[in-house]
Amino acid sequence: MDILLAIAIMALGAVVLGAALGFASIKFKVEGDPLVEKIEAILPQTQCGQCGYPGCKPYAEAIAKGECDINLCPPGGMEGVQRLADLLGREVKPLDAEEKPKQVAIIDENTCIGCTLCIQACPVDAIVGAAKQMHTIIAQQCTGCELCLPPCPVECIHMEVIGENIDNWKWKYPVVEIKAAPLPAQNASGDGSDGMKDAA
Amino acid sequence: MLFNLFKFKGGVKPPTNKTQSTTLPIAAAPLPSRLVVPLHQSIGGTPRPVVEAGDRVLKGQLIGQADGWISAAVHAPTSGTVVEVAMHVQPHPSGLDALCVVIAPDGKDEWIARTPLDYAALTPEAVREHLQQSGVVGLGGAVFPTHGKLTASKTVPMEELIINGAECEPFITCDDLLMRERAEEVVRGIGIFRDLLQPKKVLIGIEDNKPEAAAAMRAAVETLGEDFAVVQVPTLYPAGGAKQLIRVLTGKEVPASKRSTDLGVQCFNVATAYTAWRAIAHGEPVVSRLVTVTGNVHHPRNYEVLIGTPMDELLKLAQPHPDTDGIIMGGPMMGFLVPQASVPVVKATNCLIAHDDRLFPPKAPEMPCIRCGACAQACPHELQPFEMYWFSRAKNFGKTQEYAIFDCIECGCCSFVCPSRIPLVQYFRFAKSEIWAREREKNAADQAKSRFEFKQLREEREKAEKAEKLAKAAAAQAAKKAAEAAAAAAAEAQPAAGEAAPASQAVAAVDPEKAAKRATIEAAMARAKAQREAAQPKNTDHLTPGQQKEVAEIEARRSGSRIEDRGSSEPAPAEPAAPTSPLDPNN
Repeated sequence: MDILLAIAIMALGAVVLGAALGFASIKFKVEGDPLVEKIEAILPQTQCGQCGYPGCKPYAEAIAKGECDINLCPPGGMEGVQRLADLLGREVKPLDAEEKPKQVAIIDENTCIGCTLCIQACPVDAIVGAAKQMHTIIAQQCTGCELCLPPCPVECIHMEVIGENIDNWKWKYPVVEIKAAPLPAQNASGDGSDGMKDAA
Repeated sequence: MLFNLFKFKGGVKPPTNKTQSTTLPIAAAPLPSRLVVPLHQSIGGTPRPVVEAGDRVLKGQLIGQADGWISAAVHAPTSGTVVEVAMHVQPHPSGLDALCVVIAPDGKDEWIARTPLDYAALTPEAVREHLQQSGVVGLGGAVFPTHGKLTASKTVPMEELIINGAECEPFITCDDLLMRERAEEVVRGIGIFRDLLQPKKVLIGIEDNKPEAAAAMRAAVETLGEDFAVVQVPTLYPAGGAKQLIRVLTGKEVPASKRSTDLGVQCFNVATAYTAWRAIAHGEPVVSRLVTVTGNVHHPRNYEVLIGTPMDELLKLAQPHPDTDGIIMGGPMMGFLVPQASVPVVKATNCLIAHDDRLFPPKAPEMPCIRCGACAQACPHELQPFEMYWFSRAKNFGKTQEYAIFDCIECGCCSFVCPSRIPLVQYFRFAKSEIWAREREKNAADQAKSRFEFKQLREEREKAEKAEKLAKAAAAQAAKKAAEAAAAAAAEAQPAAGEAAPASQAVAAVDPEKAAKRATIEAAMARAKAQREAAQPKNTDHLTPGQQKEVAEIEARRSGSRIEDRGSSEPAPAEPAAPTSPLDPNN
């Protein structure tokens, strides 16, 4: 009798817990793969296809499934590889291509014949124009993916490196020069311009 | 007036070195050989150039049109010819180029037509607009367009207007001399701000190491009969920081996420008030400013300098010692060595310090942080610089933000007190600019992603639409075929329908499709005929009996003549209907 009661209690427990688990799996169902989203957030979203996948999301999915390496994204650079390695606990590998500076495409508007082929190729709709009309690139939207270069029949598109300007200039990491300290101990001096000393 | 002053935490007392440059009155700097006027001199949008090489400009003429609301116009500092609009090195730590208008002065210094404004008769919007067009920006160093700060918060009543004459940074004395010599115009300028913002109190904060300036301001306030309070605040760097001065004068602490207007406080520099008064009462845009030239020079002094004057030409006036090896723009705490001696003076240039190794001994090597906490005690913003330093150094930028790195005003107190001589501010600047760059990249990536997704969505939609269209066309074709077949069957069923019937029947036997086509054509023609008849002129509807009779006669005559002419009884519906006109020549 006792054993039956014990079985009944265990069975009841199993039913209740099973129901709770089943409910939770419906209630807290995660749409999509959160890992893919995390990987995608690291990718630079240039949609250039240089990794061999048609866009950043397919590449993220392939990484999540473990189908491919994490060093296939040249626009993401070594920093991207590093961050992917940190996220996935994988080994950092050198980039599978050379790292390029950030670029923007420029259409030579005098040569453009208005064929619309580049418009169709642009993954982010950064080219405006119409059939037999001059085309131009919205520089702010251009990801520098180079996908518009091959379709152009008159080769009027070229890539230009986005140089440093006052708006995107960054303060450099303070470099500590290793050299012998001057003999008289100087105090109260920060960096070159910040440091100050009594004139007296 | 007795004032209950408050204190801000931290702060340092570096040697002030101010007396050297206050012995001589303000002097006007002579016209330089050429003026390089950068277009982007204020926070906000970069003004667009409105002159070209070869143009002749007058002093005060607009050369850069403000781009957007938070942007201020730029003007020609003297009369002359525009040599070029080109990229030149900026007085910026990066040493990078930006667009400048280069003017060769003609020596006449000829003004544009200056029209004084009676601002009391103008709407506040018009006054703000005028200040923007005059290029009035905050001359304390941040160069924020002043008109953008002259709108009171809609929800919080304006309590205090703070006028910043503290000038806490060592060496700099341009505000001191301005208050000593031009106090009246400063006070009148403050009056403009007061009228626009309607605060309950106006407090002019001046550090107590400038008694002459405070006395001059008090006298001017009294002369003009204003109720502004001139308050002397203790000399403690950085008492001239806006948040610190607000704290000292009002006891209010501006939270990180809020602006001072949210607490009913607004703060302006004395020099800003002065230029605002010149812009309104004299119609003079900002084409010059006071610059302290000091440091390693024979004659430290304050000069009224045209914007765009090359710094080396200005420094020569003060006769620098031969061992001068650089120019610091700004003070020793927050300033920086300019990348080239020939960079121009801009609206943010309050001081030039001739640099040499005696005044500024070479940087001693950085030692490891010993976690003494001296920086945290010195920080006027109650931050923990050593923590921010560790995380900046490790490039752990998320953590630096947790330690509120964006509240750091880069005053340099922490670097000043650090016993290990760590260039803390440099680390913070590095971390801040990295965070900004990442933010920009993130935004660009997000935008690219959404645009890519939208393009995919659009392509799919277009594909679906095309498929739907094709399906529809195919269905229509099938329906048409069915209808035709039905029509052909009907034509077959009625062999004596008309003259065409036998023929159609004959053809139908051979080609039912052709017959069906003919049937549809006939149907269409019948429809067209019906439409034509429906579209007959309607102006014959309401006529007098006389007119109707006339019309009937004309019609009869016309149809008669047509029968004769063409031998056809068919009416000509395409003929213009003009029978109602009594003046018709056909009558």
